[in-house]
Amino acid sequence: MSAAEATLDEIIVIALAEAFRGDGEILCNPIGTVPMCAGRLARSTFEPDMVYTDGIAALSAETLPVGVPGAEAIPETYMPYRSLFDVVWSGRRHVVMGASQMDMYGNQNFAAIGDDYSKPKAQLLGMRGAPGNLINNKTSYWIPNHSARVFVPKVDVVSGPGYDRMRELGPVASRFHNIVRVVTKLAALDFETDDNRMRLRSVHPGVTVDEVVENTGFELVIPDDVPESRLPTDEELAVLRNEIDPNDARKAEFR
Amino acid sequence: MPNKLMNEDDVVAQLSDGMTIGIGGWGSRRKPMSLVRAILRSDLKDLTIVSYGGPDVGLLAKSGKVRKLAYGFVSLDSIPLEPHFRQARQAGGIEVLELDEGAFQLALLAAAHRVPFYPCRAGLGSDMLVNNPELRTITSPYDDGETLVAIPAMNLDVALIHMNRADAAGNGQFLGPDIYFDDLFAMAAEKCFMSCEKVIPTADFLNEGSVHTIKIPRIFVNGVVEAPRGAHFTECPPDYNRDEAFQAEYAATAKDPEAWEAFKTRYLDAPSHEAYLAEVDAR
Repeated sequence: MSAAEATLDEIIVIALAEAFRGDGEILCNPIGTVPMCAGRLARSTFEPDMVYTDGIAALSAETLPVGVPGAEAIPETYMPYRSLFDVVWSGRRHVVMGASQMDMYGNQNFAAIGDDYSKPKAQLLGMRGAPGNLINNKTSYWIPNHSARVFVPKVDVVSGPGYDRMRELGPVASRFHNIVRVVTKLAALDFETDDNRMRLRSVHPGVTVDEVVENTGFELVIPDDVPESRLPTDEELAVLRNEIDPNDARKAEFR
Repeated sequence: MPNKLMNEDDVVAQLSDGMTIGIGGWGSRRKPMSLVRAILRSDLKDLTIVSYGGPDVGLLAKSGKVRKLAYGFVSLDSIPLEPHFRQARQAGGIEVLELDEGAFQLALLAAAHRVPFYPCRAGLGSDMLVNNPELRTITSPYDDGETLVAIPAMNLDVALIHMNRADAAGNGQFLGPDIYFDDLFAMAAEKCFMSCEKVIPTADFLNEGSVHTIKIPRIFVNGVVEAPRGAHFTECPPDYNRDEAFQAEYAATAKDPEAWEAFKTRYLDAPSHEAYLAEVDAR
């Protein structure tokens, strides 16, 4: 198995796993199959001290495979929802969520579509944990559909606040706010700019910068040199394919 | 110890129009569905429903019982978006209070502790405050002077919860992985009615689970309903899993008025929990 044969889904898992680099001993809490692959890969390789939920009510000591129902966890801590909320407030957590809309400052919407909140055109998830997540702990996003309908000038509802909203609130309220990474099927993005506008961090192999620009509904910060998203190492690829996702559950989002 | 045994219709007889009713469980997990169906069969209206929402919210909204909904989310878990709830929202006409799901816990806790609010950061910068203008912020009275959101107490007239086991006096036991916030629902309410899979003698609780699982104290419970499979079609581990096939059938009726009518007639109009289970088993 060699890194040269890595497929797009695997390169994306790596791009998202990189969001956890440097996190140390915190709760890694990605939601969704591709993010779970990324979190577990990071834990199995370069961030071994992270803790990880079993998806029910415990933290599991071992890295469980995704998409293998009934995989037995060795619990290391009891973690019902009430304790999970406490960890959110504590800040020792990095969550990965999705978004139906996002703007240039990272304001996220997965609550509802439409201008009239009393009668939305499409009711989505609601606020869920987004307001508390963003203002208390690290957040990254997996937003597979990179299009101008998703990356919009203005989101209909702000469920997870972005950097402009945080700036208005001032340094005290925003001190724990940190959107680490946004990964799509085209690119990896971040907010590491002077004014925290979204920046193109890397394009996945085979994707051009122009393609990303055309599919983004606002002006991105584009550095002079945009690197390609890195390939997995041989070790990472073996761990991903053999241990973390032996049934290729991650590929369902790419069909 | 008192004997609080009653049936679903006795519970409904204690409810009235316009009440604020909290419903325990989480999404499509351990919901007091036999009590929810008893409300559907009644003439009750204009209810405010407070819930980590699942099919309880979908069914009550679809059936025109709801004036206002307070929730952090509404989901069927294996079906992420609750289709009947979505329809009700998209039709307009239902007032909502949509909170961050962690802030929602603080609203219940404030009611349980009889304080007007608990402070938190969740909501600052998001549209949770924009869309719910009744939510206020507060400045810390200490030297830090930090501005926080004051999450108002979610005072309930009635809470409805479902436990795995209970005794006749109203002590309740959960045997699954998570009690969710059912104990807070019970404490946040003037009255709490608890259904359970099985009523057992108090002395038998420790045969079922450790002392940590006897989590609902009878001082917060006004009535106990024995309802085997009372959470169907939501999950109630370790007694049973979610009935995914039935849930899928329920979800599909959102797109088809005729299918909804048939579903309602066959299952929801069944005059008792036992009659409902007979229809479920005859599928």
